[in-house]
Amino acid sequence: MKLDPTTLLHKAPPADGAATRPYLTLAGISKRFGQQQVLSQLDLTIGKGEFVCLLGPSGCGKTTLLRQIAGLDVPDSGQIVMDGRDITLLPPAQRDYGIVFQSYALFPNLTVADNIAYGLGGARRDKQRRVAELLALIGLDEIAGKYPAQLSGGQQQRVALARALATSPSLLLLDEPLSALDARVREHLRREIRSLQQKLGITTIMVTHDQEEALTMADRVVVMNGGRIEQCATPFTLYREPATRFVASFVGQGNWLAARSRSTLHATLGDVSLLLPAPHGTPSGSALTLFIRPEDLVLHPRWPATPDAVLADITKLELLGPIYRVSLHVPAWGAANVVADITHAQLAQLDISPQQRVPVSLNAARLRVFAGEEKQHD
Amino acid sequence: MTSLSTPRRLAASRDETQAGWLLWLLLALLVVAVLLPLAAILGQAMLASDGSFAGLAPLRDTLAQPGLARAAGGSLQVALATTALVLPLAYGYAAALTRVALPGRGLFRLLALLPLLAPSLLPGISLVYLFGHQGLLKSWFADGSIYGFAGIVLGEAFYTFPHALMILLTSLAVGDARLYEAARTLGAGPLRRFATITLPATRYGLVSAAMVVFTLVVTDFGVAKVIGGQYPVLAVEAYKQVIGQQNFPRGAVIGLLLLLPALLSFAVDRWLQRRQGTQVSARAQPLQPLRQPLARLLALLYCSAVGGALLVLLGTAIAAAFMQQWPYQLGFTLQHFDFDLVDGGGWLAFANSLKLALYTALAGTVLVFLGAWGSSKLRTAGTAGQLLHALAMLPMAVPGLVLGLGYIFFFNHAANPLHGLYGTLAILVLCSVAHFYTTAHMTARTALAQLDGDFEPVAASLKVPLWRTLWRVTLPTCLPAVLDIARYFFVSAMTTVSAVIFLYTPDTVLAAVAVLNMDDAGDTAAAAAMATLIVASSGAACLLFALLSHWLLARSQRWRHPL
Repeated sequence: MKLDPTTLLHKAPPADGAATRPYLTLAGISKRFGQQQVLSQLDLTIGKGEFVCLLGPSGCGKTTLLRQIAGLDVPDSGQIVMDGRDITLLPPAQRDYGIVFQSYALFPNLTVADNIAYGLGGARRDKQRRVAELLALIGLDEIAGKYPAQLSGGQQQRVALARALATSPSLLLLDEPLSALDARVREHLRREIRSLQQKLGITTIMVTHDQEEALTMADRVVVMNGGRIEQCATPFTLYREPATRFVASFVGQGNWLAARSRSTLHATLGDVSLLLPAPHGTPSGSALTLFIRPEDLVLHPRWPATPDAVLADITKLELLGPIYRVSLHVPAWGAANVVADITHAQLAQLDISPQQRVPVSLNAARLRVFAGEEKQHD
Repeated sequence: MTSLSTPRRLAASRDETQAGWLLWLLLALLVVAVLLPLAAILGQAMLASDGSFAGLAPLRDTLAQPGLARAAGGSLQVALATTALVLPLAYGYAAALTRVALPGRGLFRLLALLPLLAPSLLPGISLVYLFGHQGLLKSWFADGSIYGFAGIVLGEAFYTFPHALMILLTSLAVGDARLYEAARTLGAGPLRRFATITLPATRYGLVSAAMVVFTLVVTDFGVAKVIGGQYPVLAVEAYKQVIGQQNFPRGAVIGLLLLLPALLSFAVDRWLQRRQGTQVSARAQPLQPLRQPLARLLALLYCSAVGGALLVLLGTAIAAAFMQQWPYQLGFTLQHFDFDLVDGGGWLAFANSLKLALYTALAGTVLVFLGAWGSSKLRTAGTAGQLLHALAMLPMAVPGLVLGLGYIFFFNHAANPLHGLYGTLAILVLCSVAHFYTTAHMTARTALAQLDGDFEPVAASLKVPLWRTLWRVTLPTCLPAVLDIARYFFVSAMTTVSAVIFLYTPDTVLAAVAVLNMDDAGDTAAAAAMATLIVASSGAACLLFALLSHWLLARSQRWRHPL
């Protein structure tokens, strides 16, 4: 029996953007720099109005992919179609997008108003009206006459955004737009960019290495690794149902447990038999690796009625602010070392301290099952 | 992964295509102005005196001449002695300026750079007035021994001092205070700290300065021409062969010899620049200049002595230009500025020089900036950009004398369709732009490299043509560098004598050439007067550019000053 994760959320995540009308289609994109294959046979479809994040460690090819879409580089093979038009070989000026770079690239010798008006044509009065509109949109009416060097980082970022949006492009590209800002400003701007994007309904692609940024902002997250797409899914699916070992270990925290398959729906973890959430394809008796999030391990104040609870030794108790992270050694799970996250309320109820023993069980419905013995992806 | 398609390229937009053509055009211009004249020298060096092809025979014959070996030996000795003299002097001066809280630091810096405003002939003239047969202090150098080795070395020291100083200033200006603190806590005394921290950190600057001084001395002929007497050096030998004896193949062979130290120093400098990369880490703490009264006093005395000597060498010729008859009648007069009484070109030469400097500054700045911009900022620069950048480095390695010789051989060739340029002011402008191209190109590239590389992609995404971004953003942000380039071209064209000496005609005679010819004819006072005019106009130009730069920055560059 597979639990549908969406039923566990009282607010269901938005539907897959790809299901709406495709706006940008990448097909078989490959790029190599010298000996290094930076992108290999990459396919991606982005729907109109969708906010997609390209997420991955440095060197995974996410910025290279953005540069292909922007026409700053050309893929060795493959095709890029935007709104029904093949743009693979078109120069940037013949595509239709606005872009915000990590450095913002604001023109230092032009005022904020002149920066925003840079791409605008037409009569002076029309330009002024459009600039005023955009300044109001980003909430910075009062700084029109200032120069970029006189602005804070967050203000510069918003001016760069306004400049990119000034010509009403149909696609917005953001290359690590928040990474140069300090944490508090970053959090504020995340919300602001997202609400602006939703208000304008503009298709947006953002490159980031910050998973929190990707999970909080995007309709869909594309996790990249070694020039390939590991998984492309809503933040919820990505977190709850990581498709690969890489995604599981790159996004969020987790425990890896070595197990053995007993039937298509059952596995043995140490001395315990588990009912798996979904059938797996490996033959009976073969090695499996189970993945479970720290919040899906359950610590019990008393010995529970469930048959699969086991005793664990508490080795460490760490305060992470809103939650506690408990390190456990579980002899009955094949001497596994795991971590569990519990709330302050739960801790008060458990009344535990290091060197104590505590009954632990796992929420088997949330298990992810991978074939083979290898634990993490490196 | 079955098939590898042929490399694809983005289509170029219209402005990119235009810029691409411009780049090829600039490249063609550099080929004509630098590469072909050099090739012409090589060709000329393989001709017999009757003009027939003779392979390497003329080279062997010329090298076997005893006169040439003497000249080569003389050049070598003079260059080594000058380097040995200038390097420690300039190092001390640079250290005093950068490492000590020296009172009047800006003034001393300016004082040391003054020789840049004068043609290399001027120190020779001053030395004649000071220590020559009728010199004020002729007893210092008995029996006219200033004419020769001693005079050349002193004159060249004056001429090369600012060049060495600029390199050493850059080298000494950076340093990591943490290293000195660590050494002090470990008990290292001042000598030990100097030997283990300062010297190693500046060794590249020292080598680079030594190469520059050596090369400048070997390839300069202004000083030796005026004060060298019978002392043989290569540069004067080349001049004599071509101008005196019309022996072009031999002149070409000597030109090739002059190219050797320049090429060597060029190669060493490139190598050093690559090694020097990570000298100072980003976390380095800025140095605090020494504030002890004793250190400041010593630095003040030292800089006053060295700077004073430079000022005396510059001032003697200028003072003599305004005196009735040095050293007997010291009354004030302007009669030496009445050039009608002497040969050499007179006021026409001065007017020509001003024109040449102005046109060189204008044409040079435009060409250099466009070339540097195209080769570094253009997405489609490709091969043309790389070739342009490589070729732009070449003039640094070519002495002016060699470039001038190349221009004779190339443009004076009857079969050359550009033959018509020969003898015009245009060829002098072209030659001067080419001669000073490298430094200007490097200045422009450095300024451009400091701009955000994403300006052009952003502008392209906003569908703004390249030209508009160049005009509205790139040029205004690089304005200080652009003015610097223009000033450099102006002053260099005003003072140069080496390249243009082979290219002028009676109609296009230049001020620096006039100094040479007047001195040759024995009209030393008139030569001093003309040299004074050159110094005055270079100085005025520097002042003007400084004011212009100050005014423009204050007016249009408010954005450089946050809040």
